[in-house]
Amino acid sequence: MSVHDVPLLEMKHISKDFFGNQVLNDINFSLKRGEILGLVGENGAGKSTLMKILFGMDEIHQTGGYGGDVLIEGTKVSFASPSDALARGIGMVHQEFSLLPDFTATENIMLNREPLTYTWLSEVFGPRMNVLNRKEMDAIAKAAIGRLNVKLDHQMLVSEMPVGHKQFTEIARELSKEASETSEGIKLLVLDEPTAVLSEQEADSLLSSIKRLSEAGIAIIFITHRLQEIIDVCDTIMVMRDGMIIKTVPAQGVAVTDIAHWMVGRQVDTSKREVRTFDYGSSPVILSLQNLWVNMPGETVRDVTLDVHKGEILGIGGMAGQGKLGIPNGAMGLFPAGGTVTFEGQQIMLNNPRNFLDAGMAFVSEDRRGVGLLLDESLEWNVAFTAMQVQEKFLKKYLGGLIQWRDQQQIEEETASYVKQLEIRCVSTKQKAKELSGGNQQKVCLAKAFAVNPKLLFVSEPTRGIDVGAKALVLKALRTYNEESGTTIVMISSELEELRSICDRIAIISDGKVFGTLPATAPSAEFGLLMVGQASTQDWGGAV
Amino acid sequence: MTLKMTPSKRLVRFMANNTVPILFLIICAFGIPLSGYSANYLVSEIIVRLVRNSFLIVSLLIPILAGMGLNFGMTLGAMAGQIGLIFISDWGIVGIPGMVLAMIISTPISMLLGWWCGKILNMAKGREMVTSYIIGFFMNGIYQLVVLYGMGPVIPIRNKALVLPRGYGIRNTVNLIGIRKALDSLLAIRIFGVLVPLATFILIALLCLFVLWFKKTKLGQDMRAVGQDMEVARAAGIRVEHTRIVSIVISTVFAGYGMIIYLQNIGTLNTYNSHMQIGMFSVAALLVGGATVAKANIRNVFLGVILFHLMFIVSPMAGKNLIGQAQLGEYFRVFVSYGVITISLVLYEVRKKRDLALAGQTLAAQQEVGA
Repeated sequence: MSVHDVPLLEMKHISKDFFGNQVLNDINFSLKRGEILGLVGENGAGKSTLMKILFGMDEIHQTGGYGGDVLIEGTKVSFASPSDALARGIGMVHQEFSLLPDFTATENIMLNREPLTYTWLSEVFGPRMNVLNRKEMDAIAKAAIGRLNVKLDHQMLVSEMPVGHKQFTEIARELSKEASETSEGIKLLVLDEPTAVLSEQEADSLLSSIKRLSEAGIAIIFITHRLQEIIDVCDTIMVMRDGMIIKTVPAQGVAVTDIAHWMVGRQVDTSKREVRTFDYGSSPVILSLQNLWVNMPGETVRDVTLDVHKGEILGIGGMAGQGKLGIPNGAMGLFPAGGTVTFEGQQIMLNNPRNFLDAGMAFVSEDRRGVGLLLDESLEWNVAFTAMQVQEKFLKKYLGGLIQWRDQQQIEEETASYVKQLEIRCVSTKQKAKELSGGNQQKVCLAKAFAVNPKLLFVSEPTRGIDVGAKALVLKALRTYNEESGTTIVMISSELEELRSICDRIAIISDGKVFGTLPATAPSAEFGLLMVGQASTQDWGGAV
Repeated sequence: MTLKMTPSKRLVRFMANNTVPILFLIICAFGIPLSGYSANYLVSEIIVRLVRNSFLIVSLLIPILAGMGLNFGMTLGAMAGQIGLIFISDWGIVGIPGMVLAMIISTPISMLLGWWCGKILNMAKGREMVTSYIIGFFMNGIYQLVVLYGMGPVIPIRNKALVLPRGYGIRNTVNLIGIRKALDSLLAIRIFGVLVPLATFILIALLCLFVLWFKKTKLGQDMRAVGQDMEVARAAGIRVEHTRIVSIVISTVFAGYGMIIYLQNIGTLNTYNSHMQIGMFSVAALLVGGATVAKANIRNVFLGVILFHLMFIVSPMAGKNLIGQAQLGEYFRVFVSYGVITISLVLYEVRKKRDLALAGQTLAAQQEVGA
């Protein structure tokens, strides 16, 4: 067998679980030289975990490794770290930029691989005392940028670049990794949502660059939510759902609707949805956003004007990076924001989370680990903490309020009731939050928000990264909570079907503005039009 | 599109970015006429201070490059330098050979202390400044143990003039008569009646050139990368922890040499006090020169020394002429040092917030254009 018959990459029977939660199940695929593989799937389908296994990320090793074999050019490998993977010619461009802001494009591209000029001091103090060879650095960086065929000033500081250029810089960095004694030169490039932050033009030039790279023999795994792009550039399409490969087909002749269908899998059951008609006439506006702008990196809100009625469930949808996540984050004051926010007739001062909470609003963040949870604390603490801080709930008062004592019993009881109600899978209410699976952590976040008894609850991406069963439960809990306590809920989600299943109205955000608002009962094609209306190349998986 | 700035706004921004140097310029502008000193006297005094302090302050630059903030741990290097000086005083080695030997003795001690300090700072990422400050105090205890009790019984000291009357431990003041101004007078020339110790300046210039050149080396580039984002640097395969330790080691070694140059100019070693405030004054001078916790260059060093010490030179006389109290100068020295450090630290945070707000305003401006 010649070298060229052996697939570049083979993954055989890959499986992975996080503390008993199966996220990947018997994954098998292979990739040839120069092949472009489009990897699609809903959020939480297991795409990123699969890539983490390929790169030997710490996260995988720390959670008990994985099952199955990874073969590169026919030999079994198991990378201890991403730099090992790089040494075998596998590079990745991440969704989040890993660039240094005060370095130029060249310096970022050549980071830690700078060509050096000899100085005698290196004889004494080691090779790091050699001087950078700026000329050669520039030349290599220019060549790498040239292979992408894009306009990018190699002397520009990253902090001054538009997002598109940052993305190109990242890709150029991977491309510049030529063969050397420590590395084999780039053979496989994984692009995770590279077009999400790009304008249409930038995305087009990126796609043509990808094709050019594949012609040069570099295999590419292309992960994206924009299905039309997949069909345009990929040779093979691989659809993942719930940790399994659902379909692997040649891209030729596949329609967007097919892919969307495989991704969602289940024909969305419209009969199951309890349609309710919300009486907008008799319910007053509880929250009013006027010309809100939020400077949240990657989710910039430019000009949002939106009224929320008391008692409704309002959905906010739209593509990633269009600004839907910025709305609650800005309203709560987690990112610099401006404009007017009026809640129950009172203007809320922005940029101070305390004002937001004191007004009677709560926010379940999409960033569970960062903002949402105290990971090293028990469930009880997580549930009770905000309520205790903001509302002096769960406190026993002595000496006329001079001494306040934690009411442990009440905390335990209330936590236990949430554990039951939301079916949080845990050993006890004393278990640490970090030991729970993603879905259960999300439920704890909800319980924490419910414990505050908010008048209005912002929920951001409540089902991101959790399994289907937990998803349904979380959505049901939100709807029930809304009906039982009359709390107004604003839910932000990138999955339209999810929004349609529980919301009364849905606002679609595009380019940092409200592009349109429709009742949830409107046909999904209408929503699809709203999302696509802004940029016709965007096609949205759930909207079929 | 960027936010348009009126000239007045730009001026306000410039003032806000340079608050501390501007403040010092104003103080000096009032102080100089009040003190009644001649220009000639002021220039010669400033030159003395430049000779004394510049080397010490330059040693602070490299940890800032590596994103570790102001290295209060330079006190460790100062201690190492002093130990070197005690030994050469005991052995009676004088002049330039004495200084060189003191530097040679200080180097391994500085390296060891710097490596140890860097190790600890790696465990306290994000809190380097306060940690290095406290390490300085802790090391002072060990320094005292060695110098006050160890020297004599354990480490042989033959020169009776160095040892306390009780028979062990070093005296409070050590006369550095052997190396006093050894370097300063090596190549001293007079320019317009002002004595300029050329050799010391050449040494300082060489160190500055080294720092400039260092920024171009692979190690310098790695430090800049680590200083901006440790995680990105780590992902690129840079040995983050090692790089940070190296930056502290370099800083400590240079601080040791700086202390030897400083003391050869002064001529006496205050065994238990000289090193204690040197970190504080060096940091304050650098900040007065317009440096921040995250950014400093050689221009800041010299501007800082000139402004900071100009104030010290003129304030006693100005105070005496103004309210009949010369004590004002010494009071100012301590008060202003701590004040400057506090103001700079606060301003640094304020500026970070302001820049974020500015980004927001730019966004708002974009939105207006779009509408």
